[in-house]
Amino acid sequence: MAKKESTLVGMLLSLTLISAIAALSLGFTYKATLGPITKSKLEKKLAAIKEVVPLFNNNPDAEKYTVEGFDGLEFYPAKKDGILVGTAIKTFTKKGFSGEFWLMIGFLPDDTINNISVLEHKETPGLGSKMEKDSFKNQFNGKNLDNFNVKVKKDGGDVDAITASTISSRAFGDAVQRAFNGLKKGGKQ
Amino acid sequence: MSIIKEFTKGIIKENPVFVLLLGMCPTLGVTTSAKNGLGMGLATMFVLIASNLVVSSVKSLIPDKVRIPAFIVIIASFVTIVDLSMAAYLPALHSQLGIFIPLIVVNCIILGRAEAFASKNSPIASIIDGIGMGLGFTLALTLLGAVREILGSGSIFDFRFLPENANTMLLFVMPPGAFIALGFLIAIVNKIKKA
Repeated sequence: MAKKESTLVGMLLSLTLISAIAALSLGFTYKATLGPITKSKLEKKLAAIKEVVPLFNNNPDAEKYTVEGFDGLEFYPAKKDGILVGTAIKTFTKKGFSGEFWLMIGFLPDDTINNISVLEHKETPGLGSKMEKDSFKNQFNGKNLDNFNVKVKKDGGDVDAITASTISSRAFGDAVQRAFNGLKKGGKQ
Repeated sequence: MSIIKEFTKGIIKENPVFVLLLGMCPTLGVTTSAKNGLGMGLATMFVLIASNLVVSSVKSLIPDKVRIPAFIVIIASFVTIVDLSMAAYLPALHSQLGIFIPLIVVNCIILGRAEAFASKNSPIASIIDGIGMGLGFTLALTLLGAVREILGSGSIFDFRFLPENANTMLLFVMPPGAFIALGFLIAIVNKIKKA
């Protein structure tokens, strides 16, 4: 390679030029992908809401609300012809085996759990990740937390923990309890 | 050097993962399944080809002393483009690979090829080198992902061939399994190379 003389002006010019071109192409890519990215995120959220509450015909995302004292929780009311059929709550826990994970929990108007969907997690594949399976999460369906203790059986609760993943199971219960507390306090809108 | 030789050297003789042992972090981190390995390999390959092409085209314009920062700006731009495009069009895979996509910037294969090859060779030879090295990397990651997925989850490319509750070797989908599987694969490649 014929080495180019490294003069101050040359160095400044070439780096500025390269950065400017890079910035320009990045700005263009950002603009081009912004639409699809927001759309796919919204679709993912709506799909999760559909999965956990009974059939609805409003736009839960437009009626999203939050409850004071429960930062990070998002409430999505699902209504059919104006009547509340369920509330989907995006909840989280920080007690997972690999940090935080997020769930979407659907509550019926009588506060029983309709269904749960795991939104995002980093738990160990093959162990904690089994919380995504029906065999674990369906044990919450139809339960009202007033008379169902979300602690694992080992801790005196009612939850059958995943074998070898007690920490993930406990964290799951923590997220469910947080959503329930928020629902109790915030009520239904 | 012939074009064919440039192309094939990356696949076995100078395979970035099995022989040069470059880019170990994504190699060990994302290969929990064959699909993840393939996705990561392809993303890296795209960045490698694009940055090789650009670096070799502008090599005579960049003063020697600032070539590394210039290369990094070029590489980082392509990585961000890949990151945004994957988030837009392959959201599921993007959330699986997570932090490892932005980390392609610091993948030493890319800067290594820019410095060792693209800054000394013509654009066409550099593209060929990028394709060859990228294929070698993709092949290695997919192979490692497949081995770990077969042993650890009893499936391949998400297709299960063992029942849901079968006892698989979970160790292989966890981090220590990555080291063990990689060690055996390197040993096999060494054997093949010597033969």
